Amino acid sequence: MGGEITLGHYLVLSGALFLIGLAGVVLRRSLLVVMMSLELLLNAANLALVAVGRFQGIPDPQVAVFFVITVAAAEAALGLAILVAIFRIKKTTAADQMASLRF
Amino acid sequence: MEQIFFWILAAGLLISAVTVVAVRNPVTNAVCLVSTLVFQAALFITLEATFLAAVQVIVYAGAVMVLFLFVIMLLDVRVEVLGKFSWPKIAGVGLVLVLALVGLPKLSSAFPFAGEVLHWGRAKVPGTAQDLGHLLFSAYGPLFLTTGVLLLVATVGVVVLCRRDTEA
Repeated sequence: MGGEITLGHYLVLSGALFLIGLAGVVLRRSLLVVMMSLELLLNAANLALVAVGRFQGIPDPQVAVFFVITVAAAEAALGLAILVAIFRIKKTTAADQMASLRF
Repeated sequence: MEQIFFWILAAGLLISAVTVVAVRNPVTNAVCLVSTLVFQAALFITLEATFLAAVQVIVYAGAVMVLFLFVIMLLDVRVEVLGKFSWPKIAGVGLVLVLALVGLPKLSSAFPFAGEVLHWGRAKVPGTAQDLGHLLFSAYGPLFLTTGVLLLVATVGVVVLCRRDTEA
């Protein structure tokens, strides 16, 4: 199984997770799934931050990840609220149905 | 030992992440996202960031995902219909994926300290709540307070956005 685990392994894993999330953001039409993919992107960044902090011996990245998780929670709450507000008017969550700025 | 855990957790993380993106039933997406977040928390533990692992499970897999499931229930969304396949889009994403899969290992091995080997119990940073708390309330104190304001603003914003206009 390819020898010892290094920082590089974690960085590649984080990059792969980021790519999967990016594909979700670009390809999916349901705004709910797009928001879930955004969470994947944030998690990929978190993983890279914690890994680098662990191997370099600096605790500050962990604090950054703490703040990222907080902001992600706020972002999810606000995004879902906007989604609910749009759904009340449009009766859909498909991103390509939202082509106009005013309803 | 480190190898076994890393490969199992990495495979689980990637498989559940792919399921989040690929499956068309929103409830399945949400449940797979929960498993992705739990796998990520386990990876945090392999990196000896125990406090963050706990926060990840409590805040992300707990609170945020419950929010997602609530909204899925509230909106009563159906299984997403397949749209027209736009080939340029899919070709573009495929090209980026292939290039990235080739380039990622090279890119990350160019990173300084990329070859450093993981040994459990030899972390130079203690990831306990105590140590993070010291940092949060000393060096990052103002930022911590700002986060409180951010959460307050988000709460007010959500209430305003989701209010039904009774008088209008």
